[in-house]
Amino acid sequence: MYAYNDFDTDFIAARNAQFRAQVERRIDGSLTEDEFKPLRLMNGLYLQLHAYMLRVAIPYGTLDSAKMHKLADIADRWDKGYGHFTTRQNIQYNWPKLRDVPDMLDALAEVGMHAIQTSGNTIRNVTSDHFAGAAADEIADPRPIAELLRQWSTDHPEFQFLGRKFKIAVSGAENDRAVLRAHDLAVQIVRSETGEIGYRIFVGGGLGRTPMIGKVLSDFVPQADLLPYIEAVLSVYNLLGRRDNKYKARIKITVHENGLEDIRRRVEARFQTIKPSFAGADAALLKEIEQHFQPPAFLNAPTDGYAQAVQSDPVFRSWTDTNLSAHRHPDYAIVTVSIKAHGQTPGDATSAQMRVMADIARDFAHDELRISHEQNVILPHVHKSHLPEVHARLKAAGLGTANIGLISDIIACPGMDYCALATARSIPVAQQIATRFDELKLEHDIGHLQIKISGCINACGHHHVGHIGILGLDRAGVENYQITLGGDATETAAIGERAGPGFAYDEIVPAVERLVYAYLDLREGPAETFLATYRRLGAGPFRAALYPEEAEAHAA
Amino acid sequence: MARPFHPKVVTANHLLDGDVIYLDANEGWTRNLADAELFEDEKRAHDKLRLAARRLHEVAGVYLADAVRGKNGPEPIHFREEFRSIGPSNYPHGKREITENQA
Repeated sequence: MYAYNDFDTDFIAARNAQFRAQVERRIDGSLTEDEFKPLRLMNGLYLQLHAYMLRVAIPYGTLDSAKMHKLADIADRWDKGYGHFTTRQNIQYNWPKLRDVPDMLDALAEVGMHAIQTSGNTIRNVTSDHFAGAAADEIADPRPIAELLRQWSTDHPEFQFLGRKFKIAVSGAENDRAVLRAHDLAVQIVRSETGEIGYRIFVGGGLGRTPMIGKVLSDFVPQADLLPYIEAVLSVYNLLGRRDNKYKARIKITVHENGLEDIRRRVEARFQTIKPSFAGADAALLKEIEQHFQPPAFLNAPTDGYAQAVQSDPVFRSWTDTNLSAHRHPDYAIVTVSIKAHGQTPGDATSAQMRVMADIARDFAHDELRISHEQNVILPHVHKSHLPEVHARLKAAGLGTANIGLISDIIACPGMDYCALATARSIPVAQQIATRFDELKLEHDIGHLQIKISGCINACGHHHVGHIGILGLDRAGVENYQITLGGDATETAAIGERAGPGFAYDEIVPAVERLVYAYLDLREGPAETFLATYRRLGAGPFRAALYPEEAEAHAA
Repeated sequence: MARPFHPKVVTANHLLDGDVIYLDANEGWTRNLADAELFEDEKRAHDKLRLAARRLHEVAGVYLADAVRGKNGPEPIHFREEFRSIGPSNYPHGKREITENQA
């Protein structure tokens, strides 16, 4: 894991000292709210519906036990004993007091963390595949590139006042677990036919008001060209992107309005101009960063006990069926810890749970943890012989839910329970869907099904790419929920299609239930997922299930 | 034709803790919507808003919210204002904490 050097430490300390003085000046009335707002946002501090909210970056979702313990300590000391992990691999504290925030930032700095550029029209926290460095299908660990981009983009003077926010994701595998195609810019590590490592660059993806799937800007950027190439993209966007209308200011609109070919030409021209100025400093820095991401010293030990536990303990077996993924080392597994027990708030973990996960990581997972954009926590390297003990500890802390990839593994933004931008609630809808399907005891039978819920058009809950997407809106002063179908967040990314008119708050769970029963009737067998069935049959039969009155009227 | 005026309360977030607060009849801030002053006169509502906005060392984000006169004081019209007045639905935090402690 990357460890701050003196430069990083001094930079964060200086920024925190500046912000402490800014907070003091706001409290004594020397700064108005209008003057203070851009300063607090630069440091991740929002004013939400009921309180301030501090958004802390977890770069490329990677934590160690010391960082996770610190997040727990901060939750206890200055918040209400929990944190909310987001779809951007950040953690949000929902109840900080203004006067305490500088102390919270200093506490974060003790473990090499900060909240810089988690807001504002800057390059945001760089996200990555949550299985990075562990996945069996990976070409290379994407985190050194993500860290390079973090260092390059942090406080980059040219990109502090972009036309709009800019989100970058990096992945090292063909299977896309980082929603690359929903980012302003994405880097996928690829291998050429001759075996050379390079990068496929996507541009212009994004959800929100105008959802778009990212387009391939370049199929292969050589290793030595990556940073100047990305800087060229940012430069082109910074000049060409619209600033007259905030809803048309993201790079997806720039690409859409100017055309991919035009953008590619401009990027190429800019690249040629700036490439000589890099002079290899980026390659030297990357080499140094790579030293921080060496694979752990994997155990050479028998995996006895694992197979026996699978045989003898059905609860453990069920958990291994859903929550484990293939590790590149045959004796290891990747564990996804569900922080979505049925009825709980998706993405929330108590300080006690954070400590349990941190201690398990320290004792059994080479001291590594990841946060996924799906709002779960990953133990990327667990030797199979340790899985029964890991599961037992998780279960005792309420973290043993076996639902990864199932209908209750829901992404939900904070919605109108917290967010000032929200137009409807998300959390209670997620809680009720999870509780309902748990009561029905159907979720393992239903199989892989992703529900994603956003409480406004900005789509933090990724509803466009949910197999079932739910968007909460304000329709004439009443909460109303629109359903989209057939979205896909992976390498076969697709934007879901709107099913029809929205549903009232108390109608949305029954509507989802009708959809799911329709799927169970329509599928060719348990191996055919909801998404596959939808792709085979189209929206028709699902619409008929959602709107039975309409279907009857047509039949009459 | 003039658009109809809905009665208003002056609301904001407390500067130090961010909690939702309302202007009361004594020019103080209350955390309880029912104790807020309801302005049925448009000009008076806007005058009060202007004065409240100057209290920048006490509050942030001052605005006028629609409300109606209820049995025990002003009540929200829009669900957003209802949620602001009662706290989040998933935990007994914020206003829900205060209510439970008082109960």
